[in-house]
Amino acid sequence: MSELAIQTENLTRKFGEFTAVDNISFDVKQGEIFGFLGANGAGKTTAMKMLTGLLNPTSGSATVSGSDVYTQAETIKKNIGYMSQKFSLYDDLTAEENIQFYGGIYGISDQDLSPKIDEVLESVSLGSVRKQLVRSLPLGWKQKLAFSIAILHQPKIVFLDEPTGGVDPVTRRQFWEKIYQVSDRGITVFVTTHYMDEAEYCDRISIMVDGRIDALGTPGELKESFSSDSIENVFIKLARSATRGDG
Amino acid sequence: MNSFRGFVTKEFKQIYRDKRTLVVLFGMPVIMMVLFGFAIRNEIDGAQIGILDLSKDEVTRTITQKLEASKSFQVRVYLENYDEVEGLFRQGDIKEIVVFEPGFQEKLVRKNVANIQIITDATDPNLANLVQSYTSNVVRDYVQILNREAQVQQAGIQPQVRMMYNPELRSVNLFVPGLIAVILMLVSALMTSISITREKEMGNMEILLVSPLKPYHIIIGKVLPYMVLSVVNVITILVLAEFVFHVPFEGSYLFFFLESGLFIMTALALGVFISSASNNQQTAMMVSLAGLLLPTVLLSGFIFPVASMPLPLQWISHIIPAKWFLIIVRDIMLKGSDLMLVWKETLVLLVMTLGFIGLSLKKFKVRLQ
Amino acid sequence: MRIIRFLLRKEFLQIFRNKAMLPILFVMPVIQLLVLSFAATYELKEVDFALLDMDQSRVSRELAAKFQSTGYFNLQAETFDRNKAMEWLDARRVSLIIIVPPDFEEDLTNGREAPVQLIIDAVDGSTAGLIQSYSASILNDLNAEKQLELKIKSADPAVVQVKTINLIPQNWYNPDLDYITFMVPGILVVLVSMIGLFLSGMNIVREQEIGTIEQLNVTPIRKYQFMVGKLLPFWIIGMFDLLVGLALARYGFHIPFLGNLATILVVAGIFLVVIQSLGLLISTMTNTQQQAMFIAWFIMVVFILLGGLFTPIESMPGWAQNITLANPVAYFIKIMRMVLLKGAGWQEIQVMVYTLIGMGSVLLMVSINRYKKTTG
Repeated sequence: MSELAIQTENLTRKFGEFTAVDNISFDVKQGEIFGFLGANGAGKTTAMKMLTGLLNPTSGSATVSGSDVYTQAETIKKNIGYMSQKFSLYDDLTAEENIQFYGGIYGISDQDLSPKIDEVLESVSLGSVRKQLVRSLPLGWKQKLAFSIAILHQPKIVFLDEPTGGVDPVTRRQFWEKIYQVSDRGITVFVTTHYMDEAEYCDRISIMVDGRIDALGTPGELKESFSSDSIENVFIKLARSATRGDG
Repeated sequence: MNSFRGFVTKEFKQIYRDKRTLVVLFGMPVIMMVLFGFAIRNEIDGAQIGILDLSKDEVTRTITQKLEASKSFQVRVYLENYDEVEGLFRQGDIKEIVVFEPGFQEKLVRKNVANIQIITDATDPNLANLVQSYTSNVVRDYVQILNREAQVQQAGIQPQVRMMYNPELRSVNLFVPGLIAVILMLVSALMTSISITREKEMGNMEILLVSPLKPYHIIIGKVLPYMVLSVVNVITILVLAEFVFHVPFEGSYLFFFLESGLFIMTALALGVFISSASNNQQTAMMVSLAGLLLPTVLLSGFIFPVASMPLPLQWISHIIPAKWFLIIVRDIMLKGSDLMLVWKETLVLLVMTLGFIGLSLKKFKVRLQ
Repeated sequence: MRIIRFLLRKEFLQIFRNKAMLPILFVMPVIQLLVLSFAATYELKEVDFALLDMDQSRVSRELAAKFQSTGYFNLQAETFDRNKAMEWLDARRVSLIIIVPPDFEEDLTNGREAPVQLIIDAVDGSTAGLIQSYSASILNDLNAEKQLELKIKSADPAVVQVKTINLIPQNWYNPDLDYITFMVPGILVVLVSMIGLFLSGMNIVREQEIGTIEQLNVTPIRKYQFMVGKLLPFWIIGMFDLLVGLALARYGFHIPFLGNLATILVVAGIFLVVIQSLGLLISTMTNTQQQAMFIAWFIMVVFILLGGLFTPIESMPGWAQNITLANPVAYFIKIMRMVLLKGAGWQEIQVMVYTLIGMGSVLLMVSINRYKKTTG
């Protein structure tokens, strides 16, 4: 059981009549890079919010890092990192100040904080702009910064919600290298994306359609069972039957 | 034309969907009318007073009874001696002590003159004035009756007062025009400026600017819903004022709406101008509140007469659009004035409106560069 | 505790970096204090009047001179045409028309009634009332002088027997009926309230709108830490502004400071928490800054109007006076005035302070309860 970072069973979330997440059941092993794919509107962000303790499920169960999402939401928050779609950095604070703030919030002690800030800035090569307001940083750099803040406190699991939205392929590639580094350290990475090529980078993936998980397995397994040469085609085959999504 | 219509529809929908703001936007004029009609007045109702009767004779008792009977007063305390006054005032509820000097009746009969001391808690000078004047009215009535009984004609100078335009001195007649101005400022200037800056802040402004919509389309589209809202508010206030509070409307409705329309334009132009100078909602809001709404409430003559203000403030009030509008509306409503009497003020508003529109256009052009 | 320190540092950094906010937080209250204090008065400064002197006698000329010599009344124009004078009144050229009838002096010297007509522009009822009472007292003075002259000249018993009751006013705490003394404490309250209500409430909604609140909700921050981190900075700023305002009041306006400064500060601290909690509550009920601001503005206006700042609470009908029992602004204004201007102490204000504490506790608890890191 301690091998499982995330465990869900029939996890459901309704908003009135509308079922955003429909009885999903899946596991994520500790140390995995798990890709949570799906079209826009398929329910990925909602599912992630339930796992990070931001949203209460309507029914079903889930544990994150051994803690129950219903009753132990606050414990979960101690053990996870989160990077939202909007990056959620403070625009009017400098890169350095953002790190300092979140570091303090996550309980990094005063002695450890200063070296930690330097370390983080180094690791994402933002040392030269440490005193610049985040507002003035290019998107790719904000992305790196947000990511490093998400893993600042050595969480067991880090949740990334569409982390590579809006940046060029080279930057995306670089970002995924960072994800690998983090995964090598044993941190479980739970990442949602609608870039199907990124699916190849994951250990296992799931594809959500209309709130359900319609495919689950390694990229290789999925390509085989759907007789496709790319995850993109797998997705297209599944998405054809979708009733929700863009448009 | 199609894109414009679509844009305007979106604006209306956005506002309509924001139920909370809508409730406030429509409810506010009503609540304000109620407050200003009933509660905010310069009349007194049951002010608590005390009586120190050092004479305790028939005359003082009669006068005391008159005070007790008056709706304006509530006689709470009958003091025994002077020392009690301080404690009563400090405690805060008693606003006035009426002191009858010893031997009151005797002095009145023998020497034809007697003294009543009126001690007021003058921390609120307005209240003190009111209380004093109401008290003196009661006493004066009594004196008149006394002299009439003695069949002595009131010789000497007799002021005969005639109050014009507002004979009952009702505060509500004064406030309603001001209320209209304030609400219009709020809706047309404040809301508009926030709405436009919101679009800017959310980044949608750029999208709009590269669409087939022309910049002035965007402005008009943003402004239209609030214009409609303003008109509805004005009508609401008028209806309430006339039918519930019986505020007179001597002048022409058409003329009134024309002038109101002008003022709405002024307010809208101001709103647009503020938004052109602000980058985010917070700034727009603060500037509108501090630079527009507050001065309108304080310096326009809404509650406090401009003539009572020190000269520098009177000068500042000249640049507050509401001040001119107030004069116009009060004249129309209470005096039945037409353009002949208010052409100066109308001209000022016109110039202001054109000025603000011009400034906004300039700022907009610069931005697009 | 540490966490609160970090939250505070972030808030203050953001506040002081916001160039647009700084003047609003620190300069605007001062300006408002100055402007409001001078503007909020019903005092009569000058009244333009028109004179219709049908008598053209020595006494009537004395009357005109007497009015002008007070410094309050300013003779704008003279005419014999009543309609013309009314036109002037309509056109706002004058606020008062004094009409002296043809046999004025004669009636007066023969011990008869000598009426003087005063036609007053009553659009502003308060001003009209003041004009009336000033005029009446000027005429009264003139009358007394004339009666004295008459008594010396003749001993007509009818004139002598009129009974008068003199009303001798004594104004305590504010003998000059100085408006500023009265308004300033109340204005200070309003300023502090605005900072407390708007800025606290809007701040939280702002983070909601931007999305950074989500990032905070996902951390192990406790609710109360978050709240304190949001309220404390503006509490500090509000208290600071109040101190500046009080200093201005004392040394600039020479407001009496009979009571204890510490009392004021303690009550102010409590009051700020009440107002901020209200702002907090509003922020838990709204989604956008626009909404929050609007609702806050609306509530503030009602509070101020019903707070006894511009018009006395004693003027309000019973039901309205009852509503003021739930108005924290009304309490604080009353306490300010009582302590500063009358030297009231804990004894006199304790009930009101307890009420404020009660209000604050309720509001705070409800807001904290409503604020959810996890949405249902």
